[in-house]
Amino acid sequence: MVYVSLATGFILILIGLYGALTNRNLLRMIVSFSVANTGVHTVLIAVGYLPGRTAPILDAAVPVIEAAERIIDPVPQALVLTAIVIGLGVTALMLAYAYKLFATHGTLDISRFTELKW
Amino acid sequence: MIRRVVAFVLLAGLGMVFAGLFVGYSPDAALNLSADYYARNTAADTGAANIVTAIIVTYRGLDTLGEVTVLFLTAAVVALVLRRESARANPAADHRPVGELLQTGTRLLVPLIMLAAAYVFTNGHLTPGGGFQGGAIAASAVLLMLLTDPMRRFSHRLISRVESTAGVVYVAIGVLGLVLAGGFLDNRILPLGAFGELLSAGAIPVIYSLIGLKVGAEFSSMMANLSETEDT
Repeated sequence: MVYVSLATGFILILIGLYGALTNRNLLRMIVSFSVANTGVHTVLIAVGYLPGRTAPILDAAVPVIEAAERIIDPVPQALVLTAIVIGLGVTALMLAYAYKLFATHGTLDISRFTELKW
Repeated sequence: MIRRVVAFVLLAGLGMVFAGLFVGYSPDAALNLSADYYARNTAADTGAANIVTAIIVTYRGLDTLGEVTVLFLTAAVVALVLRRESARANPAADHRPVGELLQTGTRLLVPLIMLAAAYVFTNGHLTPGGGFQGGAIAASAVLLMLLTDPMRRFSHRLISRVESTAGVVYVAIGVLGLVLAGGFLDNRILPLGAFGELLSAGAIPVIYSLIGLKVGAEFSSMMANLSETEDT
């Protein structure tokens, strides 16, 4: 199971980067970055998984004394929660800049933005 | 064509690295030291049943404060980048009226979604969920309202009041932790209470509710800004 999600994560990263490198349209690049971002999250979560264990939430089924033997690693989950929020912020910023670029240049094609080209 | 080849070569290299990692990976049999500490001591230290929440709000509370700051900066920059456009608001473009189904559904669902959001962020220390998730749910209610009426205007003053009040109180609670308990953002300024109850885990439910309000307000302001520029 952990290998499936690990492989899915790696493949998603590659798909996302491929899309970001080959597409010329800014919106498609933003979508590609989101896909790669999701892949990174999947890999992180998969790395924190330990076979045969359960979620890091203590209750009647997972009493405090047995917790260290029963739960998976909570740290990657906390990290991914942070990463999702930051990823959303980055996506929102990219969309805002893409909008601004469209408003000033009338195009979303990245090869038409030549001001910084030498 | 050459771009595609270069991209392919780059990705093939990265894929090789990933393949190496994948083949060499074997899941741990036991928790590592820090995770083991969290598993054994979270209940006694913080009184929170959800260890992820305890890590985010208490053990690594300072990082979460930084994360909320990043989100605030994003919302501010989005507003800054898009604001000038919305200043010259044209009269409403001819939007086609949305369907009866969506309108009635929105009226029914928005209060329920808000309730679900409040549930998720007040129960963050007991169940999966918390301030960030609850804030995102609350923002989805705002998104639904924007879908029904794209010309709807939200009070930016109200949104920014909610956001800044939540932020200031969050930092004030952190400083109180410095004065009354063991350190910045220590949750033991309030009694830990009975393990597993709603009102337990000290300041964690309070802090996470504030984060929920702040995140919800930030997401809402981002969406409101994006929507307002769209129809100029």
